Amino acid sequence: MRTRPYPLSDLEDIPGTTVFTAKRSREAYHLHKFCMSLMDEANRAAFRDHERAYLDKFRMSEEQKRAVQDRDFNRLIDLGGNIYFLVKLSNTDGWSTQRAVGSMTGMTADEYAAMMRAGGRSPEGNRSIREGN
Amino acid sequence: MARITAGIATSHVPAIGAAFDQGRSGDAYWAPVFAGYEWVKAWEKVEKPDVVILCYNDHASAMMLDVVPTFALGCAEEFAPADEGWGARPVPMVYGHIELAAHLAEQLVLDDFDMTLMNHMDVDHGLTVPLSLMFGKVDEWPVKVIPLAVNVTQFPTPSGNRCWMLGEAIAHAVEAFPEDLNVQIWGTGGMSHQLQGPRAGLINPEFDNAFLDGLTKDTDGLRAITRLEYLRESGTEGIELIMWLIMRAALGKDVEELQRFYHVPASNTAVGHIVLRPKTAT
Repeated sequence: MRTRPYPLSDLEDIPGTTVFTAKRSREAYHLHKFCMSLMDEANRAAFRDHERAYLDKFRMSEEQKRAVQDRDFNRLIDLGGNIYFLVKLSNTDGWSTQRAVGSMTGMTADEYAAMMRAGGRSPEGNRSIREGN
Repeated sequence: MARITAGIATSHVPAIGAAFDQGRSGDAYWAPVFAGYEWVKAWEKVEKPDVVILCYNDHASAMMLDVVPTFALGCAEEFAPADEGWGARPVPMVYGHIELAAHLAEQLVLDDFDMTLMNHMDVDHGLTVPLSLMFGKVDEWPVKVIPLAVNVTQFPTPSGNRCWMLGEAIAHAVEAFPEDLNVQIWGTGGMSHQLQGPRAGLINPEFDNAFLDGLTKDTDGLRAITRLEYLRESGTEGIELIMWLIMRAALGKDVEELQRFYHVPASNTAVGHIVLRPKTAT
């Protein structure tokens, strides 16, 4: 085995964080294909017109479809998603990126915006689950 | 001979583009952000670069789904602004420099960098927001642009040190291009930010300011930062800072800092901006 500067399992040691890997990228391929389809106005209109019928055109899992309909971004990330694809969905809804991102923190949009104006979330206590720092 | 006369780094937050496009740059929230770019806008009018090699990341607009290139070089005549879900930004078409791009494509592969060459692609906010910040509202961009897209989304990204080595190879390639061109290289993205999960909103001003200092004072230290350290200290999207190292390495050993700006927040992100001049430039 070649040596690495740290074990890759350390990627799972960052609190509240999911690192997007090749495996996750594959799990979310059809979800992401749906997201990128929203880069076209005709597709956005079709999606708005009947969300479920539009989603059924893609080979996404039932959980992925439901999470899209729920706009549950944490769940979408659990199911392989990456934010750069997912913002195509929130942009289609006319949400700001801040609103989409803030929706994953358990805070209201106003609370999250206020935290950011006050300087954002401190790295203190947020670096490592193991070290608690 | 072509020469790299300056390097610029800046964040490329999409909300900055939206504020710019919708005429909200004078709002209380945004005015301090745009004020930080007044100096560089005036300076660019004097510098008049011919070409910008623009290091940025594609945000799942032209790649990352079917194809995930580590380093992708834009070789086309033109690149259209992408529709990222709410219509394309109302900014000019981006025109490439096909001769220099082809030369870079050739030289970089000869130097053992396995580049992906893009003969057609749209460009998203990662590339167009920096252009708006440096040149303001224009009918056409005053430079040719060679997009260099870096995978900073899917782990493993290239290492910071690999980005550094690519920057060094770009410097050699530009120097070997026979046409007399004033070339700038830009590194974009960063600074600290995280756009996902319960840790979203992470901002680390100590890390960011040490990074800005390191660009002139401790480049070896910056080269040694691991992917894990970027993720822990600067957030999952803070790893975009590796693209600044391509820019910095292309400037050679010693640089002079001409301008620096740091501001929190723009939407979810710490905004950083720096202008560097190689000390050997004439």
